[in-house]
Amino acid sequence: MTIVNFTPWAGLIGGLLIGASASLLLWLNGRIAGISGIVAGATVEPGGDRAWRWLFLAGLLGGAALAFWLVPGSQAFQSDMPWPVFLVAGLIVGFGTRLGSGCTSGHGVCGLGRLSPRSLASVATFMATGVLTVFVIRHLLGVGA
Amino acid sequence: MKKNIAALIAGLLFGLGLAISQMTNPAKVLNFLDITGTWDPTLAFVMGGALLVTLISFRFILKQDRPLFEGQFHLPTRSDIDGRLLGGAALFGIGWGLAGYCPGPGVAALVMGIWQPALFVAGLLVGMWGFRRLPA
Repeated sequence: MTIVNFTPWAGLIGGLLIGASASLLLWLNGRIAGISGIVAGATVEPGGDRAWRWLFLAGLLGGAALAFWLVPGSQAFQSDMPWPVFLVAGLIVGFGTRLGSGCTSGHGVCGLGRLSPRSLASVATFMATGVLTVFVIRHLLGVGA
Repeated sequence: MKKNIAALIAGLLFGLGLAISQMTNPAKVLNFLDITGTWDPTLAFVMGGALLVTLISFRFILKQDRPLFEGQFHLPTRSDIDGRLLGGAALFGIGWGLAGYCPGPGVAALVMGIWQPALFVAGLLVGMWGFRRLPA
């Protein structure tokens, strides 16, 4: 194992901002800042209040644009994967996060934050299959290592 | 109105956080998951930083009777760990490890104006839609 491109301060600052976002949404609106749930609620889920979800997503895009503009180098995009992989990955992530009721934000940041056993089981599972997938692709198939 | 502005500001902070920590760069995520190869521990600091805040703040927030701008908290109520939860998480992890995007960074990276995040989000929506079409 070699440690590469480690940026602990940018990571920590980014994480604190994400934690602040989740706290604000729960404190003010009583909502979980789970991105997969918010995207589904804004688009494919029938009923429900869509306005706040679309505004949250608009803010997400605005915040990212602001950071890319203010922080040099933050807009890096590195990938060895051909474009169809992104489409397939999106399909699997979309289906999986609905089936499993959440992703890195809903189960990770918010669920672990409120000590939910379901979220702990979810995080342990998706971390494990994520690590396994990268291992298979990079070290068994030798793609993008 | 107030709750819509709150959501916008929360989204803004979330997007700032994801982009500053460069979770919008697939290589940073895939290197985090590559513990036997070229490991980049940054994602643990992102998750750790976020949990540092929520583990403390949620305790105080959830002691309130209700949120400031709404009548009640909207929280998941289930506590059982079932096959759907684990199967869904397992699938999500596979997709995450394939491209290096989970939903938040995938959506935030749309502002880069390149194809890969747009394709990821297109797939995301179709996958979510497909799940809705399944009989319960």
